[in-house]
Amino acid sequence: MTADHPIVQLSGVSKHFSGTRALEGVDFACFGGAIHGILGENGAGKSTLIKIISGVLQPDSGEMRVNDAPVSFSNPTQAVASGIVCIFQELSLVPDLSVADNISLSSPPRRFGLIDPRAQRRRAEKLLARIKCEDIDPNALVRELSLSRRQMVEIAKALGKDPKVLILDEATSALTSRDVETVYELLADLKAQNVASLFISHRMHEIEQLCDTLSVFRNGQHIQTFPKGTHSDGEIVRLMIGREVDAQYPPRPAPAPRPEHLRIEDLAWENQLNGINLSIGKGEIVGLGGLDGQGQKELLLGLFGVLRGMSGRVSIAGKPCRPKSPAEAKQGALRIALVPEDRKTEGLMLAMSIADNLMAASYDRVSDGPFINAAKAKRAVEDGIAKLRIKLGSPEDPVATLSGGNQQKVVIAKWLMTDPDVILLNDPTRGIDVGTKQEIYRLMRDLADQGKTILLYSSDYAELIGCCDRVMVMYDGEIVASLSGDAITEEAIVAASLNVSDTQTMPGLPHA
Amino acid sequence: MRNKRSPLASTIRQNPGFYGAIIMLLVLYLVYNMLHPRGFSAAVLIQNSNESVAIVFLAMAQTVPVLLGGLDLSVGAIMTLTNCVASVVVNGSPPQIIVGMIITLATGTAFGLMNGLIVVYGRLQPIIATLATGAIAVGLALFIRPAPGGNVDDDISWALTNDLYELVDTYGWFDADAAWFAPISWFPVPLLIVVVIAFGVWLPFKRTVTGRTIYAIGSAEGAAYMSGLNLNRAKIAAFTLAGFFAGCAGLYLAIQTSSGNADITQAGAYTLNSIAAVVVGGTSLLGGMGGAIGSMVGALILRVISFYFRIVSIDPLLQPLVEGVVLLLAVSLGAFRTLRVKNQLNLFR
Repeated sequence: MTADHPIVQLSGVSKHFSGTRALEGVDFACFGGAIHGILGENGAGKSTLIKIISGVLQPDSGEMRVNDAPVSFSNPTQAVASGIVCIFQELSLVPDLSVADNISLSSPPRRFGLIDPRAQRRRAEKLLARIKCEDIDPNALVRELSLSRRQMVEIAKALGKDPKVLILDEATSALTSRDVETVYELLADLKAQNVASLFISHRMHEIEQLCDTLSVFRNGQHIQTFPKGTHSDGEIVRLMIGREVDAQYPPRPAPAPRPEHLRIEDLAWENQLNGINLSIGKGEIVGLGGLDGQGQKELLLGLFGVLRGMSGRVSIAGKPCRPKSPAEAKQGALRIALVPEDRKTEGLMLAMSIADNLMAASYDRVSDGPFINAAKAKRAVEDGIAKLRIKLGSPEDPVATLSGGNQQKVVIAKWLMTDPDVILLNDPTRGIDVGTKQEIYRLMRDLADQGKTILLYSSDYAELIGCCDRVMVMYDGEIVASLSGDAITEEAIVAASLNVSDTQTMPGLPHA
Repeated sequence: MRNKRSPLASTIRQNPGFYGAIIMLLVLYLVYNMLHPRGFSAAVLIQNSNESVAIVFLAMAQTVPVLLGGLDLSVGAIMTLTNCVASVVVNGSPPQIIVGMIITLATGTAFGLMNGLIVVYGRLQPIIATLATGAIAVGLALFIRPAPGGNVDDDISWALTNDLYELVDTYGWFDADAAWFAPISWFPVPLLIVVVIAFGVWLPFKRTVTGRTIYAIGSAEGAAYMSGLNLNRAKIAAFTLAGFFAGCAGLYLAIQTSSGNADITQAGAYTLNSIAAVVVGGTSLLGGMGGAIGSMVGALILRVISFYFRIVSIDPLLQPLVEGVVLLLAVSLGAFRTLRVKNQLNLFR
């Protein structure tokens, strides 16, 4: 900590939501020229903390000072005026407006009082160039971009507000490795300009690599702040969850011949899937790796019947599998389940109750004819909650009241209630806490041991290495490498992701 | 995305509904003129424009709340109210006429402002708030004009519902027979009024921060809030602008018919047609996409379709049925895009 005066200082800040405590008497400070990591499980109060700092929420009690002057923000605009800019986990982009419009949304360049589209476009180009995203067309609509590109636009938008304090809330969770590097460089730049960065991430290695100061939150309280390197990983995790954690990933069983269950031959769609060949056995977990946007998501969606006009053959247990919709994919002999990428829009009906969400894919199992049987429904819901140990008040509460990790558990439980044979997972641990992640890893292995066929896409390489029996690395709509056993290493996945020819990435060869 | 598209290519790709509607209008109107015994004549164009102005303005009025993601059920009623106001005040000396027009437009604008304030500060759904205020507007209209009638200045009626030649000739601004004036003297005044208001009011408005905030709210209200935009101001502005456009419709209706008429049925029918015009013009009822120029085109398409009934002989009793089927077809053209979507998940975004 170099400067004597913190840029942002909170003292005794508390915040309650309808009886539950989100923050309790928190003292917190961040200094210019520092990259400050904030750690904690979901529900530890990190989000509440940054929402208070950035003016989205107002504290119930306590005081906040910016550059030693007491402030109370009643909306994000006032915080931005004080130089506090937040990149939110839930993207703050408007899908139907162009990239240039979005970047200058609240204070566009004007001529004669009207927005000057040309100046606005130049400004967008300049900011995008600063984060090495010249490939993004400022005239494109945001809804035409992939999630990772949108996140970079979000970062460009934040940069355009000239931040003194930049808050990144899981801002790298959907980025490709190359973009993550760019963000790292950007943060180093900002640090040199004496900007304070607050960095929230569930990826431990990112925090380790990037931050110089770490703060741990647990249960709404600020536990400890310390410079990087003074605590080991194990100690930090212990501080976060208040208990010892054993091995992060369940042990991988020895490779054994498995009866083939899902077979994919020459699968192609538009120009995003270019001839995929893959065979997965019963009880096997196969991971999809590679950079973001190489066709992994499309492969999962295609198998689930979402894409039209696919060519190639897919068979399940020897029978051809060609669902035309998710409704067909989940039924009959196919029994496919997909845990989608974006749980807030594709996974859950946020305003509906937890119970309704749990039953959404399996109403036919709890109904007599057209009517829902209340007793059966209750039993099924209780069963689902128990199986995934979802922490909740009442099953009738809206699912939006749960923390991110528990919401994801609801999505997974919903699909397990259909008793699927093939489980497709699209980045199921994105933005959820360490404890829940471990439960999901264990659950995946248990399901595989019960003979389910699992295909997992993850943007976190560590997860692929820890969980999967085999990893298929995709590049440009093709599988470019198949890794199994000890050959699944970070170097091998990265090398194959970039499609660099390297003997280590060749299937079958032992890794040095 | 590596190759940047030109801005024009981007807009065409991003607004297929709008460009589709323009092509549809051109084709429909061309065929109409070919079938019409006096087709391609200035007289037909003037008559058609006169009959289209009110619905065009009303469709533009409806567009603004629809872009927010709401519906304004009071636009037809505001038109009726301002029509009755105009039938009282638009006469006398030229300055008095101008003041009368300003009073009429101010009435519509003020009514829209009231709608906006009720929606924002009463925290009501636009559709239900404007259902109520629409009834109030018709009530006021009936109070002003219990029976159809009124006297609108004859000169202004004549000048604004004909071609530019008559406008200049009526007020003697310059020699209407001047050689330089001949190439444009045939142009219908009503069409000119619509174009001037559409391009002079709507396009600049769209380029203000408030205008863009309206699009942002309809597209993703949460993101708009988090970006620090002034949502309340934009919502109030949207309804106010809708009131202004509806006032334009009422004023023109008074000038065209030389009278005011508090016709409840007409108010309702105009409101529903304005929604249809907005959809045909490529604006999404979910908000965030489209614009008033598209709605103008949409309204003209609906009008041209109804003109066909004059030259194609259809039993008048069947007319509503045929009109309904044609409207359904026109609206379903917009749904064709969904056939091209290969990723079915994108249908829900």
